[in-house]
Amino acid sequence: MEWNEILIRYGEISLKGRNRSLFIRKLKNNITSAMMDLKSIHLRAERDRMFLMAEESDELKKALERLPHVFGIQSFSPVAQCKADLKTIQQKAVEVIGSSPTEGKTFKVEVKRQDKEFPLVTSEIQREVGGYVLSHCPGLIVQMKKPDIVLLVDIRKEGAFLTSEVIKGAGGMPVGSNGNSLLMLSGGIDSPVAGYQMMKRGMSIDAIHFASPPYTSELAQRKVMDLAEKLCTFGASVRLHIIPFTELQQAVVKQVPANISMTTTRRMMLQVADRVREEIKAHGIITGESLGQVASQTLESMTAINEVTSTPILRPLIAMDKLEIIAISQQIGTYDISIRPYEDCCTIFTPSSPKTKPKLEKVHYYESFLDFHELIEEAVKNRTVIEASELHEDVEVFDDLL
Amino acid sequence: MIYLDNSSTTQPDQAVMESFIAVNEKYYANPASLHCMGREAENFLERSKQQMLTVVENEDGEVILTSGGTESNNLAILGFAQEYASRGNHIITTSIEHPSVLNACRHLETIGFVVDYLSVDDSGLISLEELKTKLSQDTILVSIMHVNNEIGTIQPIRECAQIIKTGSRAIFHSDCVQSLGKLPVSINQLGVDAITVSSHKINGLKNSGALLLKKGVKLQPINFGGGQENGIRSGTVSLPHAVALAKAFRLSAVDSERSDFRIWRDHLKVVCQDYENIQVICPDHAAPHIIALAFKSIKGEVAVNFFQEHGVIISTSSACSSKSKNVGHVIEALGLKDNFKSGVIRISFGNTTTKEQIDKTVNVLKSFMDLIEKGM
Repeated sequence: MEWNEILIRYGEISLKGRNRSLFIRKLKNNITSAMMDLKSIHLRAERDRMFLMAEESDELKKALERLPHVFGIQSFSPVAQCKADLKTIQQKAVEVIGSSPTEGKTFKVEVKRQDKEFPLVTSEIQREVGGYVLSHCPGLIVQMKKPDIVLLVDIRKEGAFLTSEVIKGAGGMPVGSNGNSLLMLSGGIDSPVAGYQMMKRGMSIDAIHFASPPYTSELAQRKVMDLAEKLCTFGASVRLHIIPFTELQQAVVKQVPANISMTTTRRMMLQVADRVREEIKAHGIITGESLGQVASQTLESMTAINEVTSTPILRPLIAMDKLEIIAISQQIGTYDISIRPYEDCCTIFTPSSPKTKPKLEKVHYYESFLDFHELIEEAVKNRTVIEASELHEDVEVFDDLL
Repeated sequence: MIYLDNSSTTQPDQAVMESFIAVNEKYYANPASLHCMGREAENFLERSKQQMLTVVENEDGEVILTSGGTESNNLAILGFAQEYASRGNHIITTSIEHPSVLNACRHLETIGFVVDYLSVDDSGLISLEELKTKLSQDTILVSIMHVNNEIGTIQPIRECAQIIKTGSRAIFHSDCVQSLGKLPVSINQLGVDAITVSSHKINGLKNSGALLLKKGVKLQPINFGGGQENGIRSGTVSLPHAVALAKAFRLSAVDSERSDFRIWRDHLKVVCQDYENIQVICPDHAAPHIIALAFKSIKGEVAVNFFQEHGVIISTSSACSSKSKNVGHVIEALGLKDNFKSGVIRISFGNTTTKEQIDKTVNVLKSFMDLIEKGM
């Protein structure tokens, strides 16, 4: 089936009041940047829908593959265009309906007759097109209420536009329409999912990662870059901040008893993250914490860790099961990257029995012997910032041997 | 020697062997290793697999590397049967499959599965009607070869897929060992869930092959160990074999059947028409790289010997069954006349075959027939 354009329906945006045009503009920009390399594509936004057109049919096909990942789209439909005369419309209608299985499906025809000079009136077009489709697609049943297939025929001056298939979009809000936050990206399964969830609600994100060379390797950093790159496919450019964490981590291990060192380490990370957040003028910090999953994710631990800042900490996975999180990570394609086996800063120096209910007074007491602020400032200052455009690894292509 | 037994195996391509050696010299690390050399090998492995998937138009699918066609077929039959055993216990295949499919199915019959073997007509074709009637809600797997290895019959895989996919939830596997490199093989176009391929049939290396899966298709492993290849095929992955296979894929891929093969085969067929004592077994619509002939009241082995004395290597039916005394199962399934059954030979072309070789072969065939008609 050759399609001519794509009809895009907005999600929650259509509910928005006076901000609506802002949201639509954001979505249009995001779609444009997702289609950056497809030169023949252009967009036309209307109040409650958008049209994507392409001169090259190949590019339209690629657009169909990419749209399911763009947030802020409720659904979209490939549209076929033909000459606005009844016979052509009838034949095109059979082609459009026939592009997916019809056996035993219910259907109806909806007509928008924008071109008032078209010789037949709406109800006549419905009858003529519906009758023709019925006699040419075996197994179809007409049903007005909640049919499986709605064939939409839009008759305009420039031709007739037909569509039937409705493809589900990613939903959510256009990325960037709901502020900016800093995602703590460890390299595990959870944190990329947390980032994804917040992007879905329209947040744009920067990511922060703590590296402790030589305990963590170049490959662990590569892994985090790949994760950040994956997140970029959901319609935003994710910038990555890599913090040299070795000195700070060593100081903690030296200063604080083993069973509390985990809590202090997290407090240090959060302070570093908060300072970076300040510098990039983001509003919140996102973590992949899920209640009770590990010692640092009990309510008591979170209280002790959270004490270092009043910045909102967004924990979209807090009430989710590990299996649910894994399912999402597989669906968004971060799982295979996350399970690469490298050590990260959270898995080195782990005490054998960290406190699940750390006492804040104790934590304060042990931290009081050393001025960590200097080390924190140092780590923030010496961070490496990797722009989204630099995340991609130029993997050797091995073409000469293949 | 003129080598016309390319359906048994082919001469490895020079470029494929060079890649194999180069990869052994430079990228010998284990792709599963943590270190940078391992990661490099892993990237290379992914690229190789991607190249294979692109050739068969299955970009988002999966490649399970194996030791060849037999293991791939075993893995498909046993692995799918176990994975989907909770849905039913019925399997459909054909009576002219390769032994690695047939014997795996027979094994499944001993542990409670029910297998239907579709019959074929005298051109080796299955009947879509029979497939339709055999298909039931209990059917979990259908395995039908694309091109038969003994007589070249091309099965209507696409039509089968439509029937299977509308009439059941069964997985559809196709043994494409003989079709890859000879016909266009596209998982997408054929509508199958999994295909078996073998490296040494496409001028690659022996002991290497793969099972290619459509995205989301699952199966159980049949060997156990370190869980390589997503847990489906344990054992250290051989990157050099993977690269060689990917290269052979690329070099052998065709957009349509080879017209030179068809011209040569038609030429041979015309020659055979002059002799009453030869029956051409392969039908016109068969894959053009195979021509199977049956001699009346002459053992196939006699023909093979005569041809090789005159510098031409051909075989009696398939190499897999050519050493056994009995008439092969494919030949049995075709319903050939008794006095022709033992006289079957197979001539199969490959990328190294030339027109001069065919001309010489025609002359050998003619002198063989002269000899027979004189009464040997």
